[in-house]
Amino acid sequence: MAGGAASGGSATTDTYKDARGWLLMPAWSVLLVLSLAPVFMMLVYSFLTKEFRGGVIWEFSLAAYDQFFFDRGLFGDDPPVIEWTYLTIFWRSIWQAGAATILSLLIGFPTAYYIATRPENVRPVWLFLITIPYWVNLLIRTVSMKFLLRDQGPLNDLLMSTGLISEPIHIINTNLAVQLGLFYSYLPFMVLPIYAAVERYNFALSEAAADLYANKWVTLRRVLLPAVKPGVVAGCILVFVPSLGAFLAPDLLGGAKNFMIGSLIEEQFKGNAGNWPFGAAASMVLLTMVLIILLICARQQSKAGKEV
Amino acid sequence: MNDETLSAVDVRDAVKRYGDFTALKTISLSIKDNEFFTLLGPSGCGKTTLLRMIAGFEDVTEGAIFLYGDEIENLPPHQRPVNTVFQNYALFPQMTILDNVAFGVEMRGNSKAEARRRAGEMLELVQLSQFSSRKPSQLSGGQQQRVALARALAPEPKVLLLDEPLSALDLKLRKAMQLELKHLQRETGITFIFVTHDQEEALTMSDRIAVMSAGELQQLGAPTDIYERPHNMFVADFIGETNLLEVSVDKIAQGRATCHLGGGHELTCNQVDDIGVGAKVHMSIRPERLFMSDIPAEAESLKGTVKENIFAGTDITTIVALAEGPDFIVRTSNSDRGNKRIFEPGTEMYVNMEMGAGRLLVD
Repeated sequence: MAGGAASGGSATTDTYKDARGWLLMPAWSVLLVLSLAPVFMMLVYSFLTKEFRGGVIWEFSLAAYDQFFFDRGLFGDDPPVIEWTYLTIFWRSIWQAGAATILSLLIGFPTAYYIATRPENVRPVWLFLITIPYWVNLLIRTVSMKFLLRDQGPLNDLLMSTGLISEPIHIINTNLAVQLGLFYSYLPFMVLPIYAAVERYNFALSEAAADLYANKWVTLRRVLLPAVKPGVVAGCILVFVPSLGAFLAPDLLGGAKNFMIGSLIEEQFKGNAGNWPFGAAASMVLLTMVLIILLICARQQSKAGKEV
Repeated sequence: MNDETLSAVDVRDAVKRYGDFTALKTISLSIKDNEFFTLLGPSGCGKTTLLRMIAGFEDVTEGAIFLYGDEIENLPPHQRPVNTVFQNYALFPQMTILDNVAFGVEMRGNSKAEARRRAGEMLELVQLSQFSSRKPSQLSGGQQQRVALARALAPEPKVLLLDEPLSALDLKLRKAMQLELKHLQRETGITFIFVTHDQEEALTMSDRIAVMSAGELQQLGAPTDIYERPHNMFVADFIGETNLLEVSVDKIAQGRATCHLGGGHELTCNQVDDIGVGAKVHMSIRPERLFMSDIPAEAESLKGTVKENIFAGTDITTIVALAEGPDFIVRTSNSDRGNKRIFEPGTEMYVNMEMGAGRLLVD
């Protein structure tokens, strides 16, 4: 009977509909417990009063944000004055993370392109080689970076022995050292998404461009890059975001002068000297910043999709 | 060098090797100015390799390629005044149809405005003006094909290379595009080099055809030459349907060769230079050059029995078993049924060969 068959069909879909909510439970609980709950805790803590020697007093306070942004308090009698210390650290973090991202892109793109254009059977070997350093703890890698970059370290020795420089370049405890450290920490996050995009790229398009009188540079700019742009954007986000909050590289390679926001936050929760609400507030500012950057990227992407 | 006999493309002793594998074995051919030239052969015969060598995507292991007298085999693709219509079109997905077509014109040093104006003209020529602001993915396969054609023609190449451009289209559209391409070639006066594995397509469109197999040129000639006077087994078998008969040559006299085939049947056909008396070779007879009768005709007649009739719209194919020896395929055009007879299966009859229908082949 036709009616029976039809109702049977709809009953099946209903069953799935009921089950869907339950089947999604693990995913939802992971998201809730591991992702949203900690952020929510940070948000709450940033509005509490600090307890000396760490911890918080459960009493509402705007002191943390006040300390971050203003020198003379927002709630005093005099007009507020902006506190530049933390904003400078913040700005330096953005600059350092941005420089590390650009460095990763400049090195990562050709690397990814090279790997993606190798014969199919050797590509996994190259990807494997790229990820090998990541089997070692980040702290160890950053410390070895420190030895590598020292005035009397292997890098300077090499440059001096080749006669390129006559005396050691001072790299350690500079911005450059931090940028190199961040670059080294997150390079695979640039290489892998770009590799994935280039591997899917239809190389006949490059041939078509060459056939239509475009040289290599024009082909790269007008045909290859637009096609692999999603991979490039993903790579940039994946390097920029963790670089922005990094604290190992700035701590170990940058010295006291090149403090970044990650180190600032870390300090607030370490030992007895910390200020938990202030650390939480700084984290919230960082989070807001990252969200704004991601939103801008997403809007750009969708605009590029609609345009033309 | 600027005489009138200057060829559009001159391939001289070109060899292509990939490591130990030889894709092209010493090919030489001349493609005339304003010619619709087809490279025809099964997949893996080297036809696409040769086309890509002319375009510049593959380098030439040995030999030289000339384009209107200029040696080009060492130029990178973007410096060669030839354009390609790619098999899967390779339209730039991020660009509009108009920008796709304008790309090559702009790259040749024209202003963006001029390039767009020219692109608009080309889109009008292929009747796609209304789609100029769309993206390639919004077009059907046939429309994308015409965009690819417009894009390749827009920079006014000296030679247009077409790499199986119609293979992704359905039969009806393919037939229409075959004619359109042929007309476009006449109108523009540009030399077309067309690669296909479809022998019917090659016969329909080409001024001349180069039949290739296993990296070698098998035969070069006009479609009628290739079809009527195949040079060897491969060409006879690859182009159209044919009866391939094993024969021995008994006698050659006055330009005619008398042969016999298994079962003692005797057949006469035109002599071929390379084949002498005593040779065991193959003879090709096109099925449409045979006809059936109930009494032996004056020409070559072989007695046989009808095995099967296959109706295929425009014609009827009859399979005939000889008393001894191979089966024959006979094709009778539906329009010819007044003159030619069709026999029911099981009927005894004679298969007759028109004068000059048989063709001896070198192996």
